Amino acid sequence: MRLALGPLLYYWPRSEVLAFYRDVLTWPVEIVYLGEVVCSRRHELRLTDWLDIASTLAAAGKEVVLSALALPESETDLRLLRRLIVESGHTVEANDMSAVQIAAGAKAPFVIGPHLNVYNGATLAALRACGAARWVAPVETSRQLLAQMQQCRPEGLATEVFAYGRLPLAFSARCFTARAHELPKDDCRFCCLEHPDGLLAETRDGEPLFAFNGIQTQSAKTYNLLPAVADLKSLGVDVVRVSPQSSASGEVIARFREVLDGALTWQQGYARLPHAAEARYCDGFWHGRPALEQVFGVLTR
Amino acid sequence: MRAAFMLRSIMELVSPAGSLSALKAAVDNGANCVYTGFRDDTNARNFAGLNFGLDELRSGIGYAHARGAKVILAINTYPQPSSWARWCAAIDRAAALKADAVIVADLGLLEYAARTHPELRRHLSVQGSATTYEAINFYVRRFGVARAVLPRVLTLSQVKTLIGGCETEIEVFGFGSLCVMVEGRCSLSSYVTGQGPNLNGVCSPASAVRWQETADGLESRLNGVLIDRYGAQEKAAYPTLCKGRYRVAGETFYAIEEPCSLNTLELLPELARIGVAAIKIEGRQRSAAYVGTVTRVFRQAIDACMDDAPRYRVAPDWSGQLDRIAEGQQVTLGAYHRPWR
Repeated sequence: MRLALGPLLYYWPRSEVLAFYRDVLTWPVEIVYLGEVVCSRRHELRLTDWLDIASTLAAAGKEVVLSALALPESETDLRLLRRLIVESGHTVEANDMSAVQIAAGAKAPFVIGPHLNVYNGATLAALRACGAARWVAPVETSRQLLAQMQQCRPEGLATEVFAYGRLPLAFSARCFTARAHELPKDDCRFCCLEHPDGLLAETRDGEPLFAFNGIQTQSAKTYNLLPAVADLKSLGVDVVRVSPQSSASGEVIARFREVLDGALTWQQGYARLPHAAEARYCDGFWHGRPALEQVFGVLTR
Repeated sequence: MRAAFMLRSIMELVSPAGSLSALKAAVDNGANCVYTGFRDDTNARNFAGLNFGLDELRSGIGYAHARGAKVILAINTYPQPSSWARWCAAIDRAAALKADAVIVADLGLLEYAARTHPELRRHLSVQGSATTYEAINFYVRRFGVARAVLPRVLTLSQVKTLIGGCETEIEVFGFGSLCVMVEGRCSLSSYVTGQGPNLNGVCSPASAVRWQETADGLESRLNGVLIDRYGAQEKAAYPTLCKGRYRVAGETFYAIEEPCSLNTLELLPELARIGVAAIKIEGRQRSAAYVGTVTRVFRQAIDACMDDAPRYRVAPDWSGQLDRIAEGQQVTLGAYHRPWR
């Protein structure tokens, strides 16, 4: 089973993004997803910058995938998609059907991103026929559903599972970060830059519930399937994904690596995760439960 | 001058029906088309007491067809391997009932429908989240989709560009509750309750709702999570997750959106001019009286607009009728206008 670093979902200053990916060069991760998935207004890095990072990572032996925008709306968004898919020379992660259509037309292999609704074998087969090389299960996928999907998975299609990070839960045309700053979306002054891990929304009794990341709403809790690594292996999953956060992503990658390689048991790895003591984990989706619940947590106590 | 206002198409009025009486109200008040669903989780309004059994549907389709209206069936949730056969059976039933179309979101199910019942017209559901002409053309070219319903996220100029590049009819929402999230791309409800629109056809389900009087006020909770708390003077709203009040950076407010509804009466001439084929009214969960009122108002408005677009004005009486039934008592042009964004 291989390890992937998902696309950076937040908006960080250019220098920090560049520094982050310089660090990634040394991390024990085989696949790196690059590019802007959430908001077309984010321009700290341009496509050419991402391509430069891609070349450096590829030269260091990493498999690079360019992630496409999840909610393209304009002709400008479509033009960027075409450049990404047709001209970049890299495999693209399709996060909406526009990307699938363009990739299929260009006969370019692609990864089915976690934002496409893929919940049955017929859908997998149809996307495989369009040129999909790997699919990332939607975050709502339970263990039971994944087992069924693996049974009907077409030949030659690899499976990836979102295994660690704040869950991307929803997209909107509206920007909730700008709304909280009392700014219109079209004049947002790039306030996402102030929130490197998103902007927390708590319930009125103080329970962190969501993290706003521009037009994306994430879970406040961190989804953590480290305890399920052996299970994922037994189900024939090919890749597990860690989603970047502003601190300690390297350590998370290292713990997953150690557990994947059998150097640590999952209990040992879990105890040594950064901030393990105060972290708020959840894993409900995997167990077919409300996702904010943590079932594995019971096993660690 | 007149030519500048030439309308590209006659817009169809598509009304919701969660019951036979709502279907009749829609037909009687001038809907060209009524959309509904089977009484199970194959559709995105899987609410208790709502939707149609087989006999009701047969009689509803008979009623509509006898009066020149169409009936289309939403089979627009996402089937899983364990339930695949049930979703296919729903498509088969729609074909056997001679429904005028099915509204489908799942790619595999569209493929099944196109292969098994090529004569059955296929619409792409709003739950399919197609926001560009490239995405829509994917469904058109591979699965022969005859119409696509747009998510409620695009501005008018974006809708216009989309129609320009599209190889199929476009239907947009004209009235009703707003989903602030892109339809088909929201897992907030599953995150909190384990049940959501994509897989279960529900959002913030009633079974997870608890109301509680406390010293701090009336609290609404969803699976234990506090969605809102109301003072004595405040009107309590159903605890839909995106319409709760949350604390962000020390401030408590409607952090995602305030309860409100969409109303496009003002935009009808523009929608017609850019080539929108159909206007959809939201609200299969609403009463027959609601469906009747909204359908009647929109029938009059569309007829007035088609008759003489340059002179079209929103009649005060129409707005009055709609204001009384709008959720949150507000009307907004929604995403079609930039300021909303």
